[in-house]
Amino acid sequence: MAEAQTKAFVEFQRVQKSYDGEVLVVKDLNLAIPRGEFLTMLGPSGSGKTTCLMMLAGFETATHGEILLDGKPINNIPPHKRGIGMVFQNYALFPHMTVGENLSFPLEVRKFGRSEREAKVKRALDMVEMGDFISRRPAQLSGGQQQRIALARALVFEPELVLMDEPLGALDKQLREKMQFEITDLAHKLGITVVYVTHDQTEALTMSDRVAVFNDGVIQQIAPPDELYESPENSFVAQFIGENNTLEGVVKEIKDGVALVELDSGDLIDCKPINVSKPGERTRVSIRPERVEYNKDRLQKGVHTLQAEVLEFIYMGDIFRTRLRVAGNDEFIIKTRNAPDQVRLTPGTQIEIGWMPEDCRALDA
Amino acid sequence: MMDSSGSLLAVDGTPLKRKLAQSMFRSRARAFGLALPLLAFIIVVFVYPILDFLRQSVYDARFATLMPATSEAMADWDGSTAPTEEMAAALVADLVVAKKEKTIGKVATRVNRELSGTRSLFTKTARNAKKMKPPYMEALIKKDKDWADIETWHAMKTASRVYTPAYIVAALDRKMLADGSIVQQSEERRIHVQLFARTMEISFLVTIFCLILGYPIAFLMASLPLRTSNLLLILVLLPFWTSLLVRTTAWIAMLQAQGVMNDLFVVFGLATDEDRFSLIYNKTGTLIAMTHILLPFMILPLFSVMKTIPPSYVRAAKSMGATDWTAFWRVYFPQSVPGIGAGALLVFILAIGYYITPALVGGQDGQMVSNIIDFHMRKSLNWNLAAALGLVMLVFVMFLFWVYDRVVGIDNMKLG
Repeated sequence: MAEAQTKAFVEFQRVQKSYDGEVLVVKDLNLAIPRGEFLTMLGPSGSGKTTCLMMLAGFETATHGEILLDGKPINNIPPHKRGIGMVFQNYALFPHMTVGENLSFPLEVRKFGRSEREAKVKRALDMVEMGDFISRRPAQLSGGQQQRIALARALVFEPELVLMDEPLGALDKQLREKMQFEITDLAHKLGITVVYVTHDQTEALTMSDRVAVFNDGVIQQIAPPDELYESPENSFVAQFIGENNTLEGVVKEIKDGVALVELDSGDLIDCKPINVSKPGERTRVSIRPERVEYNKDRLQKGVHTLQAEVLEFIYMGDIFRTRLRVAGNDEFIIKTRNAPDQVRLTPGTQIEIGWMPEDCRALDA
Repeated sequence: MMDSSGSLLAVDGTPLKRKLAQSMFRSRARAFGLALPLLAFIIVVFVYPILDFLRQSVYDARFATLMPATSEAMADWDGSTAPTEEMAAALVADLVVAKKEKTIGKVATRVNRELSGTRSLFTKTARNAKKMKPPYMEALIKKDKDWADIETWHAMKTASRVYTPAYIVAALDRKMLADGSIVQQSEERRIHVQLFARTMEISFLVTIFCLILGYPIAFLMASLPLRTSNLLLILVLLPFWTSLLVRTTAWIAMLQAQGVMNDLFVVFGLATDEDRFSLIYNKTGTLIAMTHILLPFMILPLFSVMKTIPPSYVRAAKSMGATDWTAFWRVYFPQSVPGIGAGALLVFILAIGYYITPALVGGQDGQMVSNIIDFHMRKSLNWNLAAALGLVMLVFVMFLFWVYDRVVGIDNMKLG
């Protein structure tokens, strides 16, 4: 991060939230978002990510702690004075107004003049390529079109911060991928700060500058997508982001940044210790399916090899997905690229698989 | 496939429309069969009696059947010339028969409706009709000089029509003359139009009060969590578990001069003990009691519509900079309009035909059309006029319905 950006634009300081006084939905949250960042809050439902977004928007109040916007505490500022744009899960386009009236609404309540309103509405609609739809009703639009209008409406009054609450959840896969690109593109072009909530990890990885993984009211890891995927800091993140193979065992020794782990099957493997500290600790070893190799010619020197039995071969077009039994684990998945010389494994055969020790991460049990 | 006219054909060459109708026939027939018992029940006990009763508002064959000769003799008389001797003779002949058959009372009642004061004229004349000798006109006038008055004959002419607009005309405070022209009733006898107006006024005010009181409750119920809103819903429905009569009489205990409300007013110094408010046996009483009784009919449709308005709309409006009031007025309220339409229409139509409450707490100026219909059904036994009043009201309600459809749109209404 550049020096000028170290001052956070949005900041959560020790924020806690409880709805019933018995359970904390958000536990001691600290988070700083610099200006212009696209930050995604990712997590399973009930992890507290939407609650955080609603507190930022002002629809929920923090039970404890402070939320700062551009250095100013906003806990006591009502939502309509925060000047934060928001895109809702089901778009929340007003059904009794036309597209133009929907976009004009935030400008009207801000007392913009008529001509200025029209110019801004037109510009916002052109931005999402929906200029021809100004006099339609929301019900006459497809899901993707509604999504664009919702986006334009959140941007039309030129807020510096835009919140998005699972905005692509209702779209089909192709449209979703297209919109993912368009939203990030627009956000970067306009230089706005975006806080984006989703439970779809692909969406989080493809769109964000940084991803905050939520679970159980706590941020488990906050990092850029590549770091999150390649270096998960705990087994929740490893499991939640991407596909992941897990082998359980006990740490034997840790030396020179390498942990020797005895798997429950008795096999010994070398791993990279992430959050294990001493011998005798139970650990979950995590290996990404695409980092496992079985082609003898491609097994590099220094790799660890284990015996495996092929259980199932699934042809998926671009890749092959093979399910193996490795060290007593029947759900061990490997993914291989559909290259011309790639071997298609047949169920029942015994093979030898291997991986680089640094791709194999010893995490908390 | 298409035929020459361009309509689609099924594979076997029959027009697709007919093919579809054939394939749908069985399921349609089944659906109709399921609804048939109810349909038959409604036709027999609801539609037919109503239509039959409404027919009485324009059909009255009593005079024509009981006084056949007179009716025939008057058929060609246009009321502008003096009654003829022939008519008088026929009248005397009919009166003799009517006296003998003891039907003279019915005849007298019928003519009396057209011209009050003629009842005794008929019964008196009928007693002596047997002894009358020609020329009959002179004999009649000798018996009672009212027979010289052409109005008496006009009344009979009007009564002799089998299909007559007389009752509907009467329901609108007008009367029909013998030549078929329609004039207003004399001022002291105009009661119905005023009563219709009052019925409309009461119904309209009750609807407004229900809306003002019901909207916030429905809003509250729609925004509370399910458990609490269910509890409130039960409280709203609670009055339905009590008889209408009990609820109405409870208001008497509450509102009468020595009742709970007035006692409280005196305690808090809002009224003096000698000069208590008259809250009941007048229009105020009708308004208060009816508003209370009809309130659930406003709340329920409002609630069911409001429940479907996602909270994200108001949130979206606020996030865009709208104050609480703007968000409500510009975003929430327009979406609750279908509920207002349904609730208002329901309350208004129920109110317009309300009977028991105005009868019990309405006093003189809190009476409605239904009360005078009841009067004609049970006291004056003028069923024809009662039917006519009902018909006028029905037509009026249908007109309002039509206006509502044009202004708000019936599709816009949601009952749940």
